[in-house]
Amino acid sequence: MTKFTRKDLLGIRELSVEEINTILDTAHSFKEVSARSIKKVPTLRGKTVINFFFEASTRTRTSFEIAGKRLSADTINISASTSSVTKGETLIDTARNLEAMAPDVIVIRHSSPGVPHQLARLIDSSVVNAGDGAHEHPSQALLDAYTIRERKGRIAGLQIAIIGDITHSRVARSNVHLLTKLGAHVRVAGPRTLLPPRFAEIVEDGEGSLTVCAKVEDAILDADVVMMLRIQHERMSAAYFPSLKEYSIRYGLTLERFALASQEAIVMHPGPVNRGVEISSDVVDNARSLILDQVTNGVAVRMAILFLLMQSRGLGEG
Amino acid sequence: MKLLITGGKILDPSQGLEKIADLLIEDGRIAEIGNDLSSQGAAVFAASGLLVAPGFIDLHVHLREPGEEYKETIATGLQAAVAGGFTSVCSMPNTTPVNDNASITRYILDQARQANLANVFPVGAITRGSLGEELAEMAEMKAAGAVAVSDDGKPVMNAQVMRHAMEYARDHDLVVADHCQDNCLAACGVMHEGKYSTLLGLKGMSGAAEDSHVARDIMLAELTGARAHIMHISTARAVELVRDAKRRGLPVTCEVTPHHLALTDAEVLGFDANTKMNPPLRSEEDRLALIEACADGTIDAIATDHAPHHADEKMLEFDRAPFGVIGLETALGACFKVLVESGAVSVMRLVEMLTVGAARVFALPRGTLQKGAIADLTIFNPDAVWTVDPVKFKSKSRNTPFANWTLRGKVIATFVAGREVYRAEE
Repeated sequence: MTKFTRKDLLGIRELSVEEINTILDTAHSFKEVSARSIKKVPTLRGKTVINFFFEASTRTRTSFEIAGKRLSADTINISASTSSVTKGETLIDTARNLEAMAPDVIVIRHSSPGVPHQLARLIDSSVVNAGDGAHEHPSQALLDAYTIRERKGRIAGLQIAIIGDITHSRVARSNVHLLTKLGAHVRVAGPRTLLPPRFAEIVEDGEGSLTVCAKVEDAILDADVVMMLRIQHERMSAAYFPSLKEYSIRYGLTLERFALASQEAIVMHPGPVNRGVEISSDVVDNARSLILDQVTNGVAVRMAILFLLMQSRGLGEG
Repeated sequence: MKLLITGGKILDPSQGLEKIADLLIEDGRIAEIGNDLSSQGAAVFAASGLLVAPGFIDLHVHLREPGEEYKETIATGLQAAVAGGFTSVCSMPNTTPVNDNASITRYILDQARQANLANVFPVGAITRGSLGEELAEMAEMKAAGAVAVSDDGKPVMNAQVMRHAMEYARDHDLVVADHCQDNCLAACGVMHEGKYSTLLGLKGMSGAAEDSHVARDIMLAELTGARAHIMHISTARAVELVRDAKRRGLPVTCEVTPHHLALTDAEVLGFDANTKMNPPLRSEEDRLALIEACADGTIDAIATDHAPHHADEKMLEFDRAPFGVIGLETALGACFKVLVESGAVSVMRLVEMLTVGAARVFALPRGTLQKGAIADLTIFNPDAVWTVDPVKFKSKSRNTPFANWTLRGKVIATFVAGREVYRAEE
């Protein structure tokens, strides 16, 4: 297995194919831990993981917390509003305060792109980006890739549709980087108001390809994987689209639209799902929906991330 | 009081002068330019191997006083100015309180007199509080010493208010300088909208937000007959609009910053808030169009948009950090490297944009070495290569995008009205 030597996991864009495969393979070896009756291994005993969430999150935070606990690390959750910043605390103060608690890993979510990168430069602890604004969400992309690989046996050569609000989606960006690096052909679609300019240019290397489709149907046609993105209600007030009703009719994943995909196509969603908006209930509950597998695999992937980062710091220390 | 500058290459675009000669200053004014002038009774400055130009003029500087003295004061800003070769700076009105009345204008000039370094030409606000609603007392500010009006940082969004501002400014022979950006279209962006904003997930400001506002101001200048100045122009399309307006004989001018000439939005990749400014760093295509516009004369002046911010403010999240970078002390080196070293423009043309070109925009009585002119001079070494070390800045702030850059062209000495106000360390 290739050695993983990074201090931080900040995004998918900078990862090599080998590093991605190392994480996915490591996750595979951790997955059975969650199936045991005693769901705990002593691997990270005595290590401290701080989950520092500046933005509301249930699933990702819980997933990282469970991942840490199943590896016997001490996990602490800090939910902060960005108020500490508005009160005048700068990032460097935040960083120094965190560092003073001597954690081994800081898992951070923040509404501003780049915050994990800025913090990582300032502190010695490993930093994991658990979502920075509309920039990246690497652990989500890794668990999505794990889920696809588990079901389809491969990623290279697959046709993968990502549908919805691409502009505000860190999940879309991280997935596009990861899936094209591993050789998939990704097509994105959504209302033009929610497709950022020059999106097709963000992929610079990799075996796969990225296509921006004019219509949702074009993206879904014969796809092996259909990934739907959550639509935020508040986008209506900024005139991105007229109503949730029209959105669901024109851009939502109904059984009819899903039928355009290949016969063995699977459907995924990073959650939380708005039933009846971007995806209809009968698709959510369909046998080919892997939405809950994604959640299950999220724990294994995050165990792998914590383990590999700690290993590259030297597990034996202190 | 006599000063003789010997053996330098005199470079004065106002009279097309480029020759090695001596320059004699008497009582703060240019007395004579010629060969082998007598040094009798004069202090001598040996300038052989150096260029001797009219003092540089910066149309766009934020001195932060009154109100934000923790970022910069008029005194520290002027120390930075003279270190960068600038003998005149135009101070923007977005102070606290805003320079929207004659008492603030007079305060700024008082502080400048006490600092006694470079000349300060204050720019007054277009509207009260720069709120874009009611006209500020332009004529009173002009009587107190203001040279132009602008709501810099806050584009005048209401076109009817802008129309009235231009009509009224025309009555009082004032240039209206606008920060051209449709704020609705800019949509709270924090960088240029393009490949890199998409990649980074940062909110973008499209070039169209600037272009449409420039087009509007040109139309209003045409409608009112007022002189309109487009500040810190940054897009290829906006440059085309100004080029076309000039071709049609409209009284429209524009300035460009060294950072828009040197850098692109790709610099934002590391989330360094010192790459965050407004207008934002644009695409490579835009940058090349700006350089071309310097070469063909579309651009009238280089202006730094020197915008000091405290390090704590620039340590915030990228999208929360304030816009702006300092520029007085790196302007010559950055422009020399990007424009002259690359062969895009001559030294003469660069100096024109830093001197007489800028002076003409606001009709400032500076920017020339003609006999009898006030002896503001910048002497610089065009061959000196140096590395930017922000710790050495005279400015109170350090927010530069050029840290550790190797620049070319170094200011050796600066004179204001014949008095040496800066000399580089050996």
